[in-house]
Amino acid sequence: MYEAIAFYLFSVLTIGLFLVTVMSKNVLYAMTSLASGMVLISGFFFILGADFLGVVQLIVYVGAVMALYSFAMMFFDATRDIKEKNTNTALVFLLGGLSALVLVLMFAAPIHSEAIQALYPMHEGVGNAQDVGIVLFTKYLVPFEVAAVMLLVAMIAGIILAGKKMDDSLTEDLSADDEIMTQKDEK
Amino acid sequence: MIGLSHYLIVSAIIFSIGLVGVLRRRNLLMLFFATEVMLNAVNIAFAAISHYYNDLTGQMFAFFIVAIAASEVAVGLGLLIVLYKKYGSLDLDDLASMKG
Amino acid sequence: MMENLVYIALFAPFVSSMFAALFGMSPRQTFVGVVASLLLFTSFLASATLAYHIMTTGETIHVTMMEWISAGDLFIPFGFIVDQISVTMMVVVTLVSTVVHIYSNGYMDHDKSFNRFFSYLSAFVFSMMILVMSDNFAGLFIGWEGVGVCSWLLIGFWYHKPDQSREDNPSISPSWAANEAFIVNRIADLGMLVGIFILYWNTGSLQYEEVFKALPGLDSTILVGAAIFLFIGAMGKSAQFPLHTWLTDAMEGPTPVSALIHAATMVTAGVFLVIRVNPLFGMDEVAGVSMFIASLGTFVAFYAASMALVERDLKRIIAYSTLSQLGYMFAAAGLGAYWIALFHLAAHAFFKALLFLGGGNVMHAMHDELDIFKMGGLKKVMRGTWIYMGIASVALAGLPVFAGFYSKDAIIETAFNEGTYIIWFMLVLTAGMTAFYSFRQVFLSFHGEERYKALGFHPHEMYKYVLVAMSPLAILAISAGWYMEEYKEFIYGLIPAYEMSHHTHHIAWLLGTLVVIVALSGIALAYFKYARKGANAFKQDKEKEKSFVYKLLKNQYYVPIAYEMFITKPYAMISEHLWKDIDMKIVDASVDGIANFLYRSGDSARKMQTGNLSNYLNWMAIGSVLLLVIAAISAMLG
Repeated sequence: MYEAIAFYLFSVLTIGLFLVTVMSKNVLYAMTSLASGMVLISGFFFILGADFLGVVQLIVYVGAVMALYSFAMMFFDATRDIKEKNTNTALVFLLGGLSALVLVLMFAAPIHSEAIQALYPMHEGVGNAQDVGIVLFTKYLVPFEVAAVMLLVAMIAGIILAGKKMDDSLTEDLSADDEIMTQKDEK
Repeated sequence: MIGLSHYLIVSAIIFSIGLVGVLRRRNLLMLFFATEVMLNAVNIAFAAISHYYNDLTGQMFAFFIVAIAASEVAVGLGLLIVLYKKYGSLDLDDLASMKG
Repeated sequence: MMENLVYIALFAPFVSSMFAALFGMSPRQTFVGVVASLLLFTSFLASATLAYHIMTTGETIHVTMMEWISAGDLFIPFGFIVDQISVTMMVVVTLVSTVVHIYSNGYMDHDKSFNRFFSYLSAFVFSMMILVMSDNFAGLFIGWEGVGVCSWLLIGFWYHKPDQSREDNPSISPSWAANEAFIVNRIADLGMLVGIFILYWNTGSLQYEEVFKALPGLDSTILVGAAIFLFIGAMGKSAQFPLHTWLTDAMEGPTPVSALIHAATMVTAGVFLVIRVNPLFGMDEVAGVSMFIASLGTFVAFYAASMALVERDLKRIIAYSTLSQLGYMFAAAGLGAYWIALFHLAAHAFFKALLFLGGGNVMHAMHDELDIFKMGGLKKVMRGTWIYMGIASVALAGLPVFAGFYSKDAIIETAFNEGTYIIWFMLVLTAGMTAFYSFRQVFLSFHGEERYKALGFHPHEMYKYVLVAMSPLAILAISAGWYMEEYKEFIYGLIPAYEMSHHTHHIAWLLGTLVVIVALSGIALAYFKYARKGANAFKQDKEKEKSFVYKLLKNQYYVPIAYEMFITKPYAMISEHLWKDIDMKIVDASVDGIANFLYRSGDSARKMQTGNLSNYLNWMAIGSVLLLVIAAISAMLG
């Protein structure tokens, strides 16, 4: 019973928030609604009993990724609206609607399968984090390590890409400084 | 009460919303937001299937998707900064240099 | 040893042709002609040795050079057989070819394509040898086509001569005449191919031996069909009506070519075919076809002789006489007297070649002028040629002692023997006409008033060595008939015997005398009209030339014009229509249409590449949604 209420609540909220993300013209609104949506998604994970995944979602997505996006927001004046050229709205909504329809129809059909065997079954009595830990560090060890390397690489890439000419500001008006400098020289 | 289909339908709807956003947005940063939406939708689906089949595989997959998404954001934003420094604008139409 | 002789006889002309071809583009070199003549002489020696061998031992020589086609049930080797028939042909062909090669050294000495001429001539001899020596129908056909091609090359030797109108030159031009010869032969070759196919289909082999063994077991319709179609092929090569127009136009080629090809060898290929396939033509079921062959031959003999009566062109008179004599040969073959046909073939080759070469001498002397009305009294200046042409004409007319008497008389006797009196009468009449027109030509050229002097010609005799080279032909033209009995014994080893009945034997001398009287009266008539001088000298009768009969004969019964009007022109129109309306509009248009379509579709697809990321994402989304829909639909259907 609680599960049903929670599910419907979360799903309505999530859908609404993501709609704001996609439709809004204001960067700040879009980002905020994205962050909130992610929090609610971690709520989904908790309902589904994937505790570890839910916490990871909160830490990584809401914490790290949204922080990154916030820094990116420095490029914009948060008060102004972003002007976007008119896209082919009819085509876009048609495609979106069509894909939604097809997928929903596909998923609404009852999924029968007795032949599906669980590859890594969950164990009763063992907490989810413990379960995940066992599988992650034994069966999924190699992907785990590779993912770690990949994160390292991404970090280095990020530093290098963004690190050039770091002392120059991207948004400040520099011409005024040059005037002051030349004035100083003239003096 | 709440079956697998419910979760999958929710996931499908969120995925379509993300798709609409990807197609609509002209600003690169907003495009990234929409991509994040799509990735999250998929995560919901994986977690739901994992729960209803008592299989940990779905959760593992979702876990790795999270990791990959994070690194993708890092690199993507770095590239974004470089693009901005070069072209001075983040609008897709300004960035197109091919004549078609 | 004998095998080597076979190979020498066969390939010496080939080597000669290849050797001369090396110098094809160079200016005239004397040694090319000498080498070619020597190689041909070698071939003749080999053939003569083989003939002697067969005559003394009576064995046939089989040689299989190599396998050609071996696919499933079809087995065709490159095989050669030297038996009495083929060795007769071999000796005739190589002898006449050698003489013609030596003659060409002198005749073509002013021509700048001297080397090319020898290459073509030797190639022709090689093809003819393949034709007569092959032991299967496929090899026969290869040789058949080969002589057709070489004939085309040689008739059109002076291809640069431009087209003239039909009034100026009935043969229009050498290249036109060459095309006509080739095309008419091609039409006949279709018939021959069908005949060969019929034989193969029903007997399972193309080797002569096996086909002949299987013949008695075949259905009569098949036999008649095969015989008809093979004869159609023979009709083309041997210029029987209605496929005869090419032979007179072939005189556009150089005279040695006419002597070799259109007198002695190629045109006899049709007769050779009938003789070679005599097991088929001799069968009772095919008797109707054979009678048709004989009748057609007789008709052609008369038809050609009638046209020669009024002809003014020297070479065309001789061409008509060849046509006429071919008719005689077919008459003999059709009536079943194969060995007589073969014997007449050989004898005719000798004196006809001699006639042509002599005519070439006259032409050479008169600077290529061929109108006999413009000649006259040449015997004073060209004694040797006069003697040769006289000998050849006497042989042609069929006077006793000379070769023509024995062979032609045998044919006429056969016609009487068979009871086909109409054929016999026509042949006798034709013999008279033959005597008349051949001596008309001799008298108008060599006797009477010297009309050429008024026209400014200065004729001189041909080189001595050429005259010497022509002598073997003259000797044979006289003496070949004396050996008829020996030849009969020789050939009976292979060809079914044909003897005159007792009744005919008794009156044989009467028949022979009758023919001789007819011939002599023809000669006498010609003498009175053409050979006298002074007040009775020959004058052109313009009034007579306007009469209907004269015009009919002069224009070859209007047959070539009819062909042009009813066959050539409509065919050309149809071809042009097909080209313009179907080929260009439909075939080309569809191919161009495909190319155009690809180009335009590429052009419009190019617009997909805009460089705009959003655009690309749109396309991606369209593609993936499409795939989703297809997957859903197929899942639902399946």
